[in-house]
Amino acid sequence: MKPVKRVQGRTVALPTRDIDTDQIIAARFLTTTSRTGLGRYAFYDLRYGKDGTEKPEFVLNRPDAKGCSILVGGNNFGCGSSREHAPWALLDYGFEAVISSQIADIFRNNALKNGLLAIVVDPETHEWLLSNPGVDCDIDVENNTITLPGDRVVNFTLDGFARHCLLEGVDQLGFLQNQAAAIQAFEENRPWKP
Amino acid sequence: MNEPTTLFQKVWDDHVVVPETPHTPAILYIDLHIVHEVTTPQAFSVLRELGLPVRRPDLTLATLDHSTPTTPVFKYEDLLAAGEGAANQVRQMERNCDDFGLDLLGYGSGRRGIVHVIGPELGATQPGKTIVCGDSHSSTHGAFGALAFGIGTTEVGHVLATQSLLQRKPKTLAVNIEGQLAPGVTAKDLILAVIGKIGVNGGTGYVIEYRGDAIRSLDMESRMTICNMSIEAGARAGMIAPDETTYEYLLGRPCAPKGAAWDAALERWQRLRTDDGAVFDKAVTLDASLLQPMVTYGTNPGMVIGINDPVPQSDDASFRKALDYMQLESGKPMTQTPVDVVFVGSCTNGRISDIEAAANILKGRKVAKGVRMLVVPGSELVKKEAERRGLDKIITDAGAEWREAGCSMCIAMNGDVVKPGQLSVSTSNRNFEGRQGVGARTVLASPATAAASAIAGFVTDPRVYS
Ligand code: SF4
Repeated sequence: MKPVKRVQGRTVALPTRDIDTDQIIAARFLTTTSRTGLGRYAFYDLRYGKDGTEKPEFVLNRPDAKGCSILVGGNNFGCGSSREHAPWALLDYGFEAVISSQIADIFRNNALKNGLLAIVVDPETHEWLLSNPGVDCDIDVENNTITLPGDRVVNFTLDGFARHCLLEGVDQLGFLQNQAAAIQAFEENRPWKP
Repeated sequence: MNEPTTLFQKVWDDHVVVPETPHTPAILYIDLHIVHEVTTPQAFSVLRELGLPVRRPDLTLATLDHSTPTTPVFKYEDLLAAGEGAANQVRQMERNCDDFGLDLLGYGSGRRGIVHVIGPELGATQPGKTIVCGDSHSSTHGAFGALAFGIGTTEVGHVLATQSLLQRKPKTLAVNIEGQLAPGVTAKDLILAVIGKIGVNGGTGYVIEYRGDAIRSLDMESRMTICNMSIEAGARAGMIAPDETTYEYLLGRPCAPKGAAWDAALERWQRLRTDDGAVFDKAVTLDASLLQPMVTYGTNPGMVIGINDPVPQSDDASFRKALDYMQLESGKPMTQTPVDVVFVGSCTNGRISDIEAAANILKGRKVAKGVRMLVVPGSELVKKEAERRGLDKIITDAGAEWREAGCSMCIAMNGDVVKPGQLSVSTSNRNFEGRQGVGARTVLASPATAAASAIAGFVTDPRVYS
């Protein structure tokens, strides 16, 4: 994974609560065996009508949403399935960060492992971001801060290891492989075997 | 004396390879890894790129379920019923299992089925194990007192290569269910009520332990239904301490320990319970005796009511959006809602007792005109057992379709879809927008409620037929 130290970009807001992974990428797009090219399926049924034309009223289809790289979602973003296709689709679409007041566990894990910042902010900041879409944000992973317009700075917390992996571009599989001796010792010494 | 600890803590402690520190998560050993065709291809690709083998093929259970058609498959062309992408994915899985030396419970094995159905029925799911799968309903296996949770594809790769995962220890939530369920009210109704109470994010960051009299009197299949939907409350895992019911279920299953190994396992399993005085991070209590059959009315599983209650009212934008999508009105009961499709199946309710519950209601009756009813067994073994009991005959005589095993209309990626605008009463676990097909409107319910609704042609309290 390439390091992610900072994300600077404009926000777009999807204020609906409980946006689930089926909305982020519907199951019918999961019959792929690759992880690339999923951006065109992100939020597909919200973006396109039955005849395949863009729904102009959907936020991501509005002209001012083009080029926005930070998605502010309603509370409990990413609930539902464990499909990693959800963060793959968001990244491929062009998002580099997702912000909410609560993010579902598996989605957050999956996102961070792929370098998509999944950031939980306090409810007040969340409310503000939802009601003020299209603002420039500067997310600094090193300092755990988001700088909003008017030099307003808010803090967020990120698991220390996830943060370290983002900053250094740590390959977590490599990290685990380095523990091969400990894993083998565990297998040999445990009192019962599965 | 040792500090009193929770069931979760015992299983966790038993699998820590390297303890967590403020800077690094724990390395947790995984005893059983279940893999299927949809969330693994990209993980196998990584192993291939790095030239890595699967570390423990013997602890890996592989099957085909998500993108398989529910029409019979004898040759490659038959797979195309689920679409070309799906067929290709099945082929790729067969190839991956071949290349990496995994024993695939696929076509011709007689044991193919939904990941969370076959683990328990083969006896591979056992108390005290850590179990993962690239599917969020892995929580199902917690019904045996295992620590089981869903993982993403990157983590599937981690487990394939190292049999371990990097994990932060979650918090614990006790869900105490007091009293007993009334006749005609099932485990599905109970878990829907729990989700309704704590909300779809009430369990986020927690492992749930279901406790109390109502849980103790449930059979294993009902316990699996309960733990299955823990994820719908945001919890990654749900657990129930093993007891006589658990041991009785496991005894004699193909992968269960035998002879002296069984006795040793039993001794170990008996310690797997939360000690008196152990502290949970959070606790909630529910009285089972107050419940009626439950149905969802919105687009997440927390939007749930008793079948005879009116749809609630709210001005909240997300709530309004959900009701608009469902084309339902506040104040009206769900029981007047016409039904187009009924689906009995999935890892929530696709086991033999579920099929039987539906068949009991269908027996000697006919599915209402204009309603399509699909009954999809959770595995090939469930299918065989249902046919041995003659349930398939009852189902087809009633005018419902009896299909091949798989996930089917739970996730609608194999060609089994609900058409736009149609209302489906489904025994699956997610009523998200579009989950069962673009524009599909899903009402989650128990197998009995689903079958009763198929007969009546509208959402119906199953107790009128019993
Ligand atoms: S039945 Fe549904 S929820 Fe269960 S494993 Fe299959 S797709 Fe997932």
